[in-house]
Amino acid sequence: MILRWPAVGMVLSVMLCAGCARRAEPPSASKATGFGSALVESSGGKQITAVGMALPQPVVVQVNDDQSNGVQGALVEFSGAAGVAFDPVSGLTDSSGQFTTSVSLDGMAGRYQIVASTVSEAGKKIDLKLEEIALGYQEGLGRQLNEKFCERCHNPESTPERVSNYDNLEVKPHPFSEGDTLNKMSDADLIAIITHGGPALNKSPLMPPYGYTLSKTEIQALIAYIRAVSDPPYKTPGLVYAKN
Amino acid sequence: MAGNGKSGSLWQRLFGDSVRAFGVVSVLFLISLAIAPAKNHFSEWRHYQNQYLKMARGRGEAITLQRHFQGDIQQIWVPDLAVVDRCTTCHVGLKEASLADVGRQPFRKHPVIPHTLDQYGCVICHRGQGAATTVEEAHSSTLAWEQPILPAKYIESSCGQCHQGEVAGTPQLSEGRRLIGRYGCVHCHTVKLPDGTTLKGTDDPPSLSHIADKTTREWIYAWLKNPQAYATTATMPNFKLRDDDARDISAFLIANSTPRDGDTLTLSQKAAADPTAGASLYGESFCASCHAVQNAAGNLVGGDVGPELTRVGNKVKPKWLQAWLRNPRIYDPGTAMPHYRFNDQQVATLSGFLLAKTDSDLLANVHLDPATPEQIAHGKRLVADYGCASCHEIGGIKKPENFAPELGRIGSKPINQLIFLPGMPHTLPDYIAGKVRNPRAFAAGLKMPQYSFTTVQIDAITTTLLSLNERSHTLPPSLMMAATPQSSYEPAGKAGQLMHDLACFSCHRINGHGGDMAPDLTWEGSSVQRKWLQDFLKNPNTLRPVLIRRMPKFNLSDGEINELTDYIMTVYQSPAIDRDSLPLAGYPQVQVEQGRQLFYSKYGCQSCHIIDTKADKGYIGPTLTQVGSRLTAAWIYSWLKNPQTLRSGTIEPNRNMSDEDARALTAFLITQKESGTQEAKKR
Repeated sequence: MILRWPAVGMVLSVMLCAGCARRAEPPSASKATGFGSALVESSGGKQITAVGMALPQPVVVQVNDDQSNGVQGALVEFSGAAGVAFDPVSGLTDSSGQFTTSVSLDGMAGRYQIVASTVSEAGKKIDLKLEEIALGYQEGLGRQLNEKFCERCHNPESTPERVSNYDNLEVKPHPFSEGDTLNKMSDADLIAIITHGGPALNKSPLMPPYGYTLSKTEIQALIAYIRAVSDPPYKTPGLVYAKN
Repeated sequence: MAGNGKSGSLWQRLFGDSVRAFGVVSVLFLISLAIAPAKNHFSEWRHYQNQYLKMARGRGEAITLQRHFQGDIQQIWVPDLAVVDRCTTCHVGLKEASLADVGRQPFRKHPVIPHTLDQYGCVICHRGQGAATTVEEAHSSTLAWEQPILPAKYIESSCGQCHQGEVAGTPQLSEGRRLIGRYGCVHCHTVKLPDGTTLKGTDDPPSLSHIADKTTREWIYAWLKNPQAYATTATMPNFKLRDDDARDISAFLIANSTPRDGDTLTLSQKAAADPTAGASLYGESFCASCHAVQNAAGNLVGGDVGPELTRVGNKVKPKWLQAWLRNPRIYDPGTAMPHYRFNDQQVATLSGFLLAKTDSDLLANVHLDPATPEQIAHGKRLVADYGCASCHEIGGIKKPENFAPELGRIGSKPINQLIFLPGMPHTLPDYIAGKVRNPRAFAAGLKMPQYSFTTVQIDAITTTLLSLNERSHTLPPSLMMAATPQSSYEPAGKAGQLMHDLACFSCHRINGHGGDMAPDLTWEGSSVQRKWLQDFLKNPNTLRPVLIRRMPKFNLSDGEINELTDYIMTVYQSPAIDRDSLPLAGYPQVQVEQGRQLFYSKYGCQSCHIIDTKADKGYIGPTLTQVGSRLTAAWIYSWLKNPQTLRSGTIEPNRNMSDEDARALTAFLITQKESGTQEAKKR
């Protein structure tokens, strides 16, 4: 009987120590060992994903010194709107000055700004703003249609599975991210050109009409996609009210 | 005493005489009456409605928004589905088209979906508690309600409740369903679907009954220890076996293996490791259409129908490989691999090329002593314990029934039946994702193996599993959108056997059965000319030069080619097309010229097709330089009129062509004949 109490006490103290030890584990006790003067994007900006989903590629930023060389051990922190998740949210740059994080966006379709920041030696905060795009149902459907019907000509980049036809065309199609041109076109114009082909707007006859192939819903979805990925971003013209 | 006197005086002060008492009681009564309206007035949803009105006032379309606004508690009631959703009480702007640009909830317009809000309400897709009128009760898991709002990334699971088949716009759901089939989850977990069927695996785990003919015990050991070390694309999961266990299972599998007649071959010529000839035969045979190999840069090049071949030389025994290349159907009658008619020389070259694909590190540290009977017996027990026979056929071991839990309603499993890991959010999606990510973490001694899924794949699988829920089983029959049943079409007779032998259905689809790598051949007999088909089967030259995946050359005999051609030309005919209704030649020059004009100017066909190899550059559709020798005029005409009716899903746009234009274009295209034919004959 007497022996049991010290045993219980030992067990308790071991458990207490274990508990303390776990709590003592630093979750993000990374301390900056290097400082840079600039923060630049290496890759991962302007990616497209579905709402709530992780971006297909990680976001990589680089901390540079005055000579544009990567700085190791600089602390980089990411932040974004509520619901945007980073894994990891902060950390130190590697030997080439880069910090990599995977990002998942929130549940609303649209553009998300994420901010990477680091601190210079003088304590000045350096920010880098990146933009990522989340597609909702309609834009996602448009994206699928784009991959099937449009991208072969409208995307100059080739993949092993899909060789781009862009270079073969005399009149170059507009990539859908080309906001400078496409933002000026109204939805009605886009519907016309997709439905009736290039000649409908006095454009290249090599753009065939899809009005008998795609449904109205599908054409709407395509336009939603085009608007979602345009760069600079497309702004809705807003409602116009008749004046007396 | 003093206290008594004080309380006494308080009592006296309030209820001392009847007038006072009446006054106090009245005030108390009034206050208690005011509680209910006050609770209503200060309720959360009123706060949101007031905020909404405030926001609306600041907008250009304020008048419209205010006119549409209805105060008080709103409700969507769908009796058939037992839906009572009051979400629109706070989410006021869901139907306002102009509020699509609002960045904060609960005021944003609902994104465009194929259904209306009034049709199904909210919780059918979003989960949560529809009848609740506070944020906490509606969105979170509470004591009274355990279904919280479904995170947006799993929202496609809700489409899958009704849509059992492929549905447009839900890539994640489709991907999850594909993964569950491809990684063979359903071999251990039965998944009963609402329509009474069960999910089928799309993988083809090999039989292990004759494994000793094919590979060595050392390779089996290395593979069991880590399948992905042999091939990064391997779908076999890692069972995290201890060295002893891997040793004993490999001992059992080898000891249990029985030889199969004809699955090893002794060639008259020694397998020549001529890398140039081997590589070109590998290329000509389009092995890469199905098999991937890692190139020097570490990228996988090739398809994923068959196993990756990067280190195949470590795996297969030379004599087995040669017999396999000669005729794979002897070892595995149901294989997706075609029976190429390779001669001895070709088998030697190709096997030499493949056997040279080794990784010296793979088996370097595997040294196994001869197996003892105890080890073999222990291996057999382990094979039964881990349920290896759920996937693989193993001689003498029965496929276990109900080896793992049935998953037909996993998407609505009550939270109180789940065991969560420390630190894990207590929600069903997190539980499912955690299980898929790292199954063994949940308890000691669990058997589910470790898969190497990416986060995106785990999300997709979780989405699909969440769609398998109670609601999907209890929907009104009118809402159940069953998947198209798998076609069991098999061609008949000698030609049918030949098509099976050549594994045509691994790539081509006919009458709904088969793969989608190559064109659908359901109406091939109406489409092509007999002579072209014969030549093509003899020597398939690609119609689309930019494609990586192409039709292989099977080295067929003339007899086999005739058999196949006869069958295809007779059986695979569209009832809508009379092959002989339009002639293959003899169109007036004027009409041909008109067709040329239409081709190049009105319809701009050259943007995707090539007629003149020097001038045209379109690489999207098939090359049409010899289309007049390939297709029938009747097919060309019908195709021009409406391509999608002939091959649903084709990307050739329907141009709504007039009969006259279609006839002229047909006349032009049918004159594009093969020029090499005559020369070839002369030679």
